[in-house]
Amino acid sequence: MIERTPVLNFFTHLAMLVGIILAALPIYIVFVASSHDFQTVNIVPMPLTPGYSLVENYTKVWTKSDFGTKFVNSFIVATGVTIGKIAIAAITAFSIVFFNYRLKMLFFWLIFVTLMLPLEVRIVPTYAVAANALSPIQGVLNGLFNAPALLLGLIGIEGLPQVALKLPEWNLLNSYTGLILPLVATATGTFLFRQFFLTVPPELVEASKMDGAGPIRFFWDVLLPLSKTNMAALATIMFVYAWNQYLWPLLVTTRPEMTTATMQLQKLVPGPLFGQPPVWNEAMAGTLIVMLPPLLVVIFMQGYFVRGLISTDK
Amino acid sequence: MDRRATFKSSWLAFALIAPQLVLVFIFFYWPAAQSLFWALTLEAPFGGTTQFVGLQNFETVFSDKLYWNSVRVSILFALCSTTLTMAMSLLLASFVDRQLAGYRVYRFVYFWPYAIAAPAVGLAFRFIFAPDAGFVSSINKVFPNLWNPALDGLDAFILIVIANSWKMIAYSFIFFLAGLQAIPRTITEAAAMDGAGVLRRLWDLQLPLLAPTFFFLLVINITESFVDSFGIVDIITGGGPARATDLMVFKIYSDGFKGLDYSMAAAQSIVLMVLVVSLTFVQFRYVEKRVHYA
Repeated sequence: MIERTPVLNFFTHLAMLVGIILAALPIYIVFVASSHDFQTVNIVPMPLTPGYSLVENYTKVWTKSDFGTKFVNSFIVATGVTIGKIAIAAITAFSIVFFNYRLKMLFFWLIFVTLMLPLEVRIVPTYAVAANALSPIQGVLNGLFNAPALLLGLIGIEGLPQVALKLPEWNLLNSYTGLILPLVATATGTFLFRQFFLTVPPELVEASKMDGAGPIRFFWDVLLPLSKTNMAALATIMFVYAWNQYLWPLLVTTRPEMTTATMQLQKLVPGPLFGQPPVWNEAMAGTLIVMLPPLLVVIFMQGYFVRGLISTDK
Repeated sequence: MDRRATFKSSWLAFALIAPQLVLVFIFFYWPAAQSLFWALTLEAPFGGTTQFVGLQNFETVFSDKLYWNSVRVSILFALCSTTLTMAMSLLLASFVDRQLAGYRVYRFVYFWPYAIAAPAVGLAFRFIFAPDAGFVSSINKVFPNLWNPALDGLDAFILIVIANSWKMIAYSFIFFLAGLQAIPRTITEAAAMDGAGVLRRLWDLQLPLLAPTFFFLLVINITESFVDSFGIVDIITGGGPARATDLMVFKIYSDGFKGLDYSMAAAQSIVLMVLVVSLTFVQFRYVEKRVHYA
């Protein structure tokens, strides 16, 4: 603080308190609502102090929504995305930064461009790919095989046999692979690792080479230990990102035993159908259950999380 | 980059980059190309014959009143929620940046909402702002039927703007705060010596120096409001009432997966892709300028 400004300080505190209320009040209301019984939660205005049905509501919604299975699924998906992302991002960035080859810049841009289009925007065709993950490869192979026939057809020579290659179908719907892989296939982490690897002093590479370490040895024994903080930062971000995925799991899973916790929120909305009681207390209990894991990650790993957020820039 | 010490084995370099390339090809380039293909063809859902129709799908999309409605709603949504988000987060960040006693607590709490999934925010706000239960409904006791997002399009729109901003403020807040704290203390102190008070310093020094962060966040917030709003809309309003909250992403989803009209959904996806990509280009241009600043 540079000068004494008691009046302004008072208003600053006041504004920040209002900010706290705005940020925390919705979560508090959710908590209060989840602790009342069905009648109390529907009273207008609702009570602002917790009630006595907390445990009952949570056990009820936990068993009713089968959150046990869903949490296992969500954890598998979130962990899979986190580990897959870190592994792939690290080796890709390693290849881009510590090797010299001709197609390097092309590859870098091919990967970097994927930052531009989030999954939500290309959701329809990605879904079709998930229904048969080998279809892109089949398409390319067929294109290659049929290119001569098509070209000749253009200049008037027809009658060459068309090849229709049929690869076996690999259906990713209702599988962990289908939930995980499309979320791994972006450049977020790659960029983070690249930026970090560029700051590693070249002398370190020279020294390792002198000591007789090959590229893999250097990667494993020098680079990875140095990247621990970055990996932790990326891990927190990816875990939260994957846990909070909603639209993609909604599309790829149809079998109830494969659905995730976040998807369950859709089923918790008290139905607008006539005669269905608005069980807001259970809905709010479910909301709190679903939001808790990523919230805990952010609260306990805030340092890493903010660091990762700012250095991925997106 | 060329001055760096590097390894030689190029087969290893290819092997290391191959997994990422394959994934990106299968789940990014192929789908993107395929939506272009679908947008230019007509096809019976799930198989059947495909017919090349040129730009006909786009013509259908652009002559559809409902589509223009979703464009209008999306743009309004982007404007409102970006303005609200950025104003609130800038305000909070500049307060926290003063580093009065306890500012760590404030910083800590302001950041929470970012961790919460969009549909969870949606369900929470649906309850809090419900017309017949929850927190805000008390207002209907005083003024009957003043607030009803289930029936009134404007109310529903206001509700999704509030829910989305509440979630997004945390992200902008972190960046604004980082930007403010990157301003050298010496500059602030020099200005104070010259007699500039807190507000004058904020207006003449900190805000101009924050301009790069500001534009970065502007683009991010607009993009996010186009892309990441599905969960909130799906839970709170389902696009209604009477399509008052039928955002573009939501319409693509309902046309493609509920109406099973892949061609129309693909054409709409292409329009959205062009929109998002051009926004990102603006941002990349700006990121370059940001380097000059620093």
